Amino acid sequence: MGKYILKRLGLLIPTLLGVITLVFFMIALSPGDPARVMLGERASAEQLARLRADMGLDRPLHQQYFSYLGRIAHFDLGKSITTGRPVVKEIMELFPATMELAFFAMLIASVAGIIIGVISATRRNTMVDYVSMVGALFGVSMPVFWLGLVLIMIFSVFFDFFPTGGRMNIRYYMETITNFYLIDSLIAVFKTGDWHYLGSALKHLILPAVALGTIPLAIIARTTRSSMLEVLKQDYVKTARAAGIPERKVVYRYALKNALLPIITVIGIQFGLLLSGAILTETIFAWPGIGKWIYHSISARDYPAVQGGIIVISTVFVLINLLVDILYSVVNPKVRLK
Amino acid sequence: MNESLIQNGNIIEVKDPTPFQESLHNLKQNRAAVAGLVIIALFLLVGIFAPLLSPRSPYAQIIADRTLPPFSPGYLLGTDDLGRDMLSRLMYGARISMVIGVVSVGIAMGFGMLIGVTSGYIGGLYDKIVMRLIDIMLAFPYILLTIVIVAVLGPSLFNAMVAIGISQIPRYARLVRASVLAEKENDYVTAERSLGASPLSLMFVSILPNCLAPVSVQATLGVGEAILSSAALSFLGLGAQPPTPEWGLMIASSREFITNAWWIVTFPGLATLFAVLGFNLFGDGLRDILDPKLRD
Repeated sequence: MGKYILKRLGLLIPTLLGVITLVFFMIALSPGDPARVMLGERASAEQLARLRADMGLDRPLHQQYFSYLGRIAHFDLGKSITTGRPVVKEIMELFPATMELAFFAMLIASVAGIIIGVISATRRNTMVDYVSMVGALFGVSMPVFWLGLVLIMIFSVFFDFFPTGGRMNIRYYMETITNFYLIDSLIAVFKTGDWHYLGSALKHLILPAVALGTIPLAIIARTTRSSMLEVLKQDYVKTARAAGIPERKVVYRYALKNALLPIITVIGIQFGLLLSGAILTETIFAWPGIGKWIYHSISARDYPAVQGGIIVISTVFVLINLLVDILYSVVNPKVRLK
Repeated sequence: MNESLIQNGNIIEVKDPTPFQESLHNLKQNRAAVAGLVIIALFLLVGIFAPLLSPRSPYAQIIADRTLPPFSPGYLLGTDDLGRDMLSRLMYGARISMVIGVVSVGIAMGFGMLIGVTSGYIGGLYDKIVMRLIDIMLAFPYILLTIVIVAVLGPSLFNAMVAIGISQIPRYARLVRASVLAEKENDYVTAERSLGASPLSLMFVSILPNCLAPVSVQATLGVGEAILSSAALSFLGLGAQPPTPEWGLMIASSREFITNAWWIVTFPGLATLFAVLGFNLFGDGLRDILDPKLRD
């Protein structure tokens, strides 16, 4: 057990090093000159040369690489070209927004996905099952950004239920402590009894979370269904039924518990993918998170920001996958023996 | 085993179906797969015959006819903000999407299978290094990897296809490697080797064809995913550039019209949705057919 975890942890460092190396060289070798981007087209050759020297861009590539590695070890990802602020600082500020969106999306996807999957499995080959599974197939076949636009068109423009974007009504000024608006607005409720902030935060969160959660929802529903079908076939379920245990209890208490393993794995993997899916969703809903920030950094050719953003998201992705693997091995001893 | 039956005094030879016939039979039984195949065929036909089928040029701008709703005279699906015929643009979009799917998956499959076969067959240090590199690629979330690659290559439709292709390589490499590892222990491989077959011929002529079943499933699903990814890249301005009638780009440029022209937003998304749905239905069906364990 400990051995397996150690082995997986041992792979972590080379993997992350590989990620950093790949991102560094890909961005370094890409066309365009960061100094030119910063100074604009009319900068003189002298000005360009001075800035390049300041940024270390005049040094050989391998020196730049090792100094980049050295700085990353000290959690320094350089400065953003467009804002001039440290990339780490920008990411720290934006990360809560993305995490809040991702968590909420995953919550919707997991709860709805598991319920739909269980219902589909227990009513196999009925109309309910067909409709759910066709629906799930539509869910994985849909361009998420398009779904976002359609949701805005229906619920914001036509019905005026939800705002079209942002995290909170721009006229509100809320004291931010954690930058997780749901938490901050809850704190405001306890402090001042003012529910406006919480209401506004929730209203802004729902549409982007639904859009972002659609693919995971569909995948979780499909996984839950097949896992439940597998478990429901087993003898202990028959025994439980024969013993006269109510069907609801058999399904939710006995069968679902054993069907959860693949479902949890899928939830973990999907959560990692959500962070990158957020690039599209955040762009559409003007959600001030890392995804939208990376998108703007790419458009502005802000290389330090792009490098930093990609490294951070990939690192989180790798860590989540590692966590899922370890959890899996804790629950399922067969994996460890391999 | 073939059997002889005697019916009405005549001897009838009853042949066992070949594996292909059996698969075809199973395919016909799988309604979802058939539906998928029909959808794919429809989009393919529309794409191939777009110049003949489309009522107008996808680029022709008639400013007097801009943002006309569907069922306007002469414009079945309406026009966009520049007075271009939506239907014609969608039809040419089908052509572009099919090309994207085939080219991206072609790149991914070609390189992926090459990597998978060689690293599975040769093994040793080569296998270790290659698989480490594949692991590093898998450490990136898929869409992020395509974005990075396009950012490096520069935004264009072709580069988007290359980026999607590269990002999908790891799946084929791993899939084929796993099959090769199982396959190369078989007697037929040992037999051919002892008859003097070269490693190249063993890898590509003897072993690879037996590893293609899971690859075909992955490729079918991969086409759908490639279409989605390319739409996403175009949406972010990293793929097709205006005025190309690419679906993702059409969705991107429709953003300003969510308040007044729903059709400009809705139709390109629906086209993407159904094209991808076709490949997903067929891919799922193919998996059920080729994997006897899943069959009831």
